Amino acid sequence: MKMLVSAVISGSLLFSTIGIAKAYTVYVTNEKDNTVSLIDTDTLEVTATLNVGQRPRGITLTLDGKFLLVCASDDDTVEVYDAKTRQLVKNLPSGPDPELFILHPTGNPLYIANEDDNLVTVIDLEKNKVIAEVPVGVEPEGMGISPDGAILVNTSETTNMAHFIDTETYEIVANVLVDSRPRFAEFSADGARLFVTSEIGGTLSIIDPVTRKITNKITFEIPGVRPEAIQPVGVRATKDGSKIFVALGPANRVAVINGKTLEVEKYLLVGQRVWQLAFTPDDKLLFATNGVSNDVSVIDVDRLKVVKSIAVGRFPWGVTISAD
Amino acid sequence: MVGTWKTVNCVIKGCIRSSGLRHGPIALLFLSFTVWFGHAPVSSAEIVKIRIAYLAQVVERPPKLSNLDIPSDDEGLAGGQLSIKDNNTTGRFMNQAFELTGVSLAPDEDALAAFNTLVDQGIHFVILNVPADTLLAIADAARPRDVLLFNAGAADDRLREQDCRDNVLHILPSRAMLADALAQYLVTKKWRKWFLVIGRRQGDKLYGDAIHRAAKKFGAKIVAERVWDYGPDARRTAQSEVPVFTQGADYDILVVADEIGEFGEYLAYRTWSARPIAGTQGLTPTSWHRTHERWGAAQLQSRFLKTFKRHMTPLDYQVWAPIRAVGEGATRTNSGEFAKIRDYIKSSDFELAGFKGQKLTLRSWNWQLRQPILLSAARALVSVSPQTGFLHRTSLLDTMGTDQPQSRCKFDG
Repeated sequence: MKMLVSAVISGSLLFSTIGIAKAYTVYVTNEKDNTVSLIDTDTLEVTATLNVGQRPRGITLTLDGKFLLVCASDDDTVEVYDAKTRQLVKNLPSGPDPELFILHPTGNPLYIANEDDNLVTVIDLEKNKVIAEVPVGVEPEGMGISPDGAILVNTSETTNMAHFIDTETYEIVANVLVDSRPRFAEFSADGARLFVTSEIGGTLSIIDPVTRKITNKITFEIPGVRPEAIQPVGVRATKDGSKIFVALGPANRVAVINGKTLEVEKYLLVGQRVWQLAFTPDDKLLFATNGVSNDVSVIDVDRLKVVKSIAVGRFPWGVTISAD
Repeated sequence: MVGTWKTVNCVIKGCIRSSGLRHGPIALLFLSFTVWFGHAPVSSAEIVKIRIAYLAQVVERPPKLSNLDIPSDDEGLAGGQLSIKDNNTTGRFMNQAFELTGVSLAPDEDALAAFNTLVDQGIHFVILNVPADTLLAIADAARPRDVLLFNAGAADDRLREQDCRDNVLHILPSRAMLADALAQYLVTKKWRKWFLVIGRRQGDKLYGDAIHRAAKKFGAKIVAERVWDYGPDARRTAQSEVPVFTQGADYDILVVADEIGEFGEYLAYRTWSARPIAGTQGLTPTSWHRTHERWGAAQLQSRFLKTFKRHMTPLDYQVWAPIRAVGEGATRTNSGEFAKIRDYIKSSDFELAGFKGQKLTLRSWNWQLRQPILLSAARALVSVSPQTGFLHRTSLLDTMGTDQPQSRCKFDG
């Protein structure tokens, strides 16, 4: 009897250690292979590889989960794939060199950063049409949207600003100067904070979206790592705001920041040149793309441990995860 | 001899070339560029104008040995124009407008007079592509005036050492930095025995001196040294001359110092022993190269290529960078005032994102811009220095060039 009980207990402990009841699909763009790798979050293995357009970077799923959108930057197009059949359905009129994009919280429209032309292009997914173009700073890339959908934030790498764009009027209502070479913009789930990373400046700026002023600037210090190697790119926060994760590029680490105190609590060693991050919908796992070691690191968010490295294609960059 | 730039007006997204040379006792061609993008600035406040000049006097051009690489008339200036365009895109959000005035002088014209004319017009930021002595004359004349000078064309080490000036910021790498960048790579590859070939010109001798110092610094050995004095056009005679010229030495790599490009290209595959070439030809240390696309450089390269229909050269980059520095100064201080911008650039806050993978900053002891240095072959980027393994207390970039403790620079007053 004792043995049976302990077996059941250890079985359920094992189950809760994994902590995943559902299997999600992780999609990773491989910039130099022109493919997308699909990973099952249950098995943590690559289940399929999809051939896509040239130099794929930004990747996202439509709100209904039916379509996979891929920025094929060198093809100057956004490709639309059926998420089930994985067939190419159509191309969107994205404007040249689309790098990153983001969907309005309602699922439409799609906002695309055209890095070569200093533009944000707005596309109506239903009508398949460009409905607006917003001139921004030099080399736009980062795209963030407030949870209420009212404000779109685009960062321009060479102008070093975060542009606040009103999604009704498509006018820029504010510009916030940040440290050198901003790469990524992300709102917290409650909309109270905007995170902007500066790759060359080496910092994470936290901006108050109401006052549009920088309230905190977080610097990173890693023993044994040269300061110039610390180059923040992707940033994501848990939905409850308790933890903020920042990919630090050639420092080969993901920083873990306490969402309350804003102290850097830990640095997780991942692969080489870590670029972008994505949470599973339950915030249990965080996936990080490692551009130079050609793999994806899987981080257990509760235990703050890197639990696996999964080999993908060459130069993995963007990552998105299905909602179910 | 008149300078070669025609008057160019840039409107909205493109540059429309119109003909028209202006002649005069001092044949100066003034080119002004104010780039508007057809969108009104964010507010109706008055636009602050920030004026920058690029003054170039090239005294010796490469020989016309082939039509492989036809040097562009607008080399250097084009880099400046792209930088002004980028500055003005940012400037829209700041109510600032940047304007570039380009002056190209013939070798016999009076550079000091041209410089004074620019400053009299109210220009405070001047980028120079002039020989070292001319630069010093201009720097000394500029001392009592509100002017900040950027050296974009003179690689002379003495300008960073005993001839340093507090009002001159050096954008391009010195010969010492280039030699050190190359030496680090050669030593890493264990190619420690060098055969040094030096050309006929003074610059070649200085380059050779820098190679000697680099060899000593990084533990390489110059096992043979020869001066190439076979005359200007080696294309037909190299076949027979080079093998004999390179006989009799046991070496790993031939390092050549031929800055003008007279004979250096004709050494490869003709040496007595099968050895690679490095230096001013072959594997070349440089501030910029068309083969460079990492760290976002592809964006800058493609913007340049689209606008000017040719590749960005090191000189273009060396004029691009200081204009970006002034732009950063104006953005970060939210001001067009000379003193504020100058003080910001010279402060420890200044950093420039130069598409070379890490921030570029100024050495406070001699105002040299510290930067990664590309090592490129003709059609492929080979490596970027500093190489892994060369240590430094504060910045790995300072393993290249003269470091602070050894500096002979003293800014007077």
